[in-house]
Amino acid sequence: MTTTTSATPAPAAPTNKLGFTKQDYVGSKSTLCAGCGHDAITAQLINAAFESNLEGHRVTKYSGIGCSSKTPAYFINQGWGFNSVHGRMPSIATGASLANRTLINIGVSGDGDSMSIGMGQFVHAVRRNVPMIYIIEDNGVYGLTKGQFSATADKGSHLKSGAVNDFPPIDPCTLAIELGCGFVARSFSGNPKQLNAILKAAFAYQGTVVIDVISPCVTFNNHDASTRSYKHVKDHDFPLHDLGFIQYSEVEQVDIPAGETEVVTFPDGSKVAIKAIHEGYEPTDRFGAMKAIHESMAKGEFLTGLLYINPTQPPLPEVLNLVDEPLTTLGEDLLKPSPAELDKIMQALM
Amino acid sequence: MTAALAAPSPVGGAKTRINDFSIQVATVNGSGSQTANTVLLRAIFQMGVFVSGKNLFPSNIAGLPTWFTIRASAQGYVARKASNEMLILMNPETAKEDIAKADPGALVIYDEPLQLDKLRSDLAYTPVPFQKLVTASCPEPKLHKLVKNMIYVGVAARLLGIDMEEVKKAIAKQLKGKTKAIELNQTACMAGYDWAMENLEDQDHIKVVRDDKTQGLIIIDGNEACALGALFAGVTVVGWYPITPASSLVETFIEYAEEYRKDPKTGKSTVAIVQMEDELASAGVVLSAGWAGARSMTSTAGPGISLMSEFIGLGYYVEAPGVFFNVARTGPSTGLPTRTQQSDVELCAKCSHGDTLHVNLYPGNMEECFQFAYDAFDLAERFQTPIFVVTDLDLGMQNWASKPFAYPAKPYDRGKVLNQQQLADMKDWGRYKDVDGDGICYRSLPGTPGGKGSYFTRGSGHNAYAQYSEKPEDYLEVMNRLRKKYETAKAHVPGPVFRNLGSDKGVLAFGSSDPAVVEAQDLLAAQGLKTDYLRLRALPFTAEVDAYVKEKQVVYVVEQNRDGQMANLFRETYPEHATKFKSVLHFDGYAIDAKSIVDQITAFEQK
Repeated sequence: MTTTTSATPAPAAPTNKLGFTKQDYVGSKSTLCAGCGHDAITAQLINAAFESNLEGHRVTKYSGIGCSSKTPAYFINQGWGFNSVHGRMPSIATGASLANRTLINIGVSGDGDSMSIGMGQFVHAVRRNVPMIYIIEDNGVYGLTKGQFSATADKGSHLKSGAVNDFPPIDPCTLAIELGCGFVARSFSGNPKQLNAILKAAFAYQGTVVIDVISPCVTFNNHDASTRSYKHVKDHDFPLHDLGFIQYSEVEQVDIPAGETEVVTFPDGSKVAIKAIHEGYEPTDRFGAMKAIHESMAKGEFLTGLLYINPTQPPLPEVLNLVDEPLTTLGEDLLKPSPAELDKIMQALM
Repeated sequence: MTAALAAPSPVGGAKTRINDFSIQVATVNGSGSQTANTVLLRAIFQMGVFVSGKNLFPSNIAGLPTWFTIRASAQGYVARKASNEMLILMNPETAKEDIAKADPGALVIYDEPLQLDKLRSDLAYTPVPFQKLVTASCPEPKLHKLVKNMIYVGVAARLLGIDMEEVKKAIAKQLKGKTKAIELNQTACMAGYDWAMENLEDQDHIKVVRDDKTQGLIIIDGNEACALGALFAGVTVVGWYPITPASSLVETFIEYAEEYRKDPKTGKSTVAIVQMEDELASAGVVLSAGWAGARSMTSTAGPGISLMSEFIGLGYYVEAPGVFFNVARTGPSTGLPTRTQQSDVELCAKCSHGDTLHVNLYPGNMEECFQFAYDAFDLAERFQTPIFVVTDLDLGMQNWASKPFAYPAKPYDRGKVLNQQQLADMKDWGRYKDVDGDGICYRSLPGTPGGKGSYFTRGSGHNAYAQYSEKPEDYLEVMNRLRKKYETAKAHVPGPVFRNLGSDKGVLAFGSSDPAVVEAQDLLAAQGLKTDYLRLRALPFTAEVDAYVKEKQVVYVVEQNRDGQMANLFRETYPEHATKFKSVLHFDGYAIDAKSIVDQITAFEQK
């Protein structure tokens, strides 16, 4: 963690501002299938956390059930993880985020965990603006139970077995925008640069962040008939804009390509610079974002990038007007009314 | 009309029942009758007489029949009494049926146009021209419906001999600060009283005579008592979902939190209260907040517990604290949502799939609702597990007289939580290592700095170091330790209380059955059958319960459900004594009464 002046033969691993190396942000070894898109997402979570100088002990990681839900064990071992029950990760994140508002909450879910069994909790967590990064590792298939359709599977898509999906998909991004989410992004597990930038922006955001990451399943949904196979996504991934994240303390913007740039200021003073590829695209325009996503979907494309942002919405602990310090640290002196107060309450009941 | 009152009472020559009677009021729900009935109850209470009230209300907002019974008892019996000495019939829909069910000799106050006096000759009728009186006393026609009920309070006060000053005081208390409403209701009440003074003669059937039994007592319901317990216990996160009869627990807590849970310096809240989208989400909030180090709770009823079951199993297995209030109602399914029952005994004892055993607390009165709610948070954090506080609609929503609550001076027990320094000093910390041999492990809280103590919580198989494991020996280690932890809890939960009259025949009950059992014990003793009564206050069963079961020749297990659920738990726990347990049951949705218990025990004894 710390560098010393005494000579060491091997070059020290680079450290971030807190003195941590990237190694300090890794987790246990992944047990997912080799080449799984989810592991690429995990890798970017590690990179982004390192580059964003996250304090590992403040990180909490939540999940439900499924392949995606195993991944919180694979990053940031310094943080606390909670692998709960199927579709109920949002309420777990809600309770802990209220108990201790200084925590940095990362929820990892899948398309089955969030858009089927967990739809109710997803919707309400977004609606309440629970302070958390909500990542949906979206492969359109139930991997852990060996390949059934999920609710994000495209109508008409095929399973390996040949079964055809008869129902239209649910799109987490348009749904999240509809629900008032203030940070909605989509990315692709095969586009590390974009995902990294989105995650770093997400770490600076204070409410609910929804990131739908198209993450092809190498085992059950990677045949050419699938719209979530590597081949399909590579051909149809349509980046909306490049995105560079700048910590407030840094003077210069880095790696911002030419073109129109939108700088969005976060409540903590951090800024995100967004370059829209589309002429006139306005990432703070809710209706415009919906239109762009729908138009893209109509063409069978995945519109990726930071699709919608509204940094002004107060997160849940603020809405509830909670004290600044974690509720977990409040002492009995503050929490327990006095004998005189009990007496007053009793008198009123006489 | 006065002639009817003077008619000979069929109970013939029975002496006046002083401070010992029941009144049943039949109204339509949504008509403001709850206020009138509470005023009547309060006025009797203020006269120094022990009194209890039971609201038998429908699952409906307005327009369906509702009954309210008020029992006064000089001896202090506060259970529901199945027979009533006075009926007040305001609901045309049910009046005929109410008359048919009336006990012989009952006084019947009714709305004059109902013309009930020809239905039976063994009742004493008092028709009252309510509409005429309300028109004369209340200038606003749209309020007539609400104020009409206050008139019967005045009439009843006159017949029972209740001091009108006490009635006026009770109205002012009930309508706290609403000056216009107080005036309106007091006027209507006086109109009833004055009319009765002019038109009715005295009756000597039942009377209220000033006593000193309620000096210094409070009137409260169990939901408010539990809410106060949670307030003093310092609950910091509440996730809940509305359900009858549990909603008012959190709603009352919210009112108290407004006053007592603001940081005096900043005015900001020291408790997070979120109405969740359902009971599943409420349970998730409770357990994760507990996991993160908050004191957390929810309040629900049977259907909510069913929905929470998956999470409660998670809480048990990952060892996350949380307090679950179950204000039980009549099941199964939607059942009778506004009626009482003790039919979630087995559900809460073993909630969730797989092998699970939970600590349950059964308060039996208002002081215990307060104290056990307070204790539940200590137990949850000490044992790092979901704790059930099981009451029911009868305790939770009915009015009870109680001694004022003693201040819970005992400091909070925050359990085995390691801080940064302790974590740094530990050589080989494992989240699920049984260091002390009591089955309770040391935990760390998210956010603890220093780089030590983080761990991964999972509902899947895990070993002592919280690592994923499918190894049989790891699985067994955790499951056997959880069982040990449950055994450890025996020394920490409230033990039973006894009311022994000196007998080898036992009566065992819990929760809201207590007043009926006490009364039944006295009635049985008067018949020559003495019993020793054990009131169970918690699961797991403590050593005193073991001893009682071993020593008694027979144990009558009194409970308010069909299947004898508590008796089942006893048979399972004490298989060698299984034949001793006889079920005394009452489960029609109304609160249990002493007569039902006496009749069933007598029948067993005659076998």
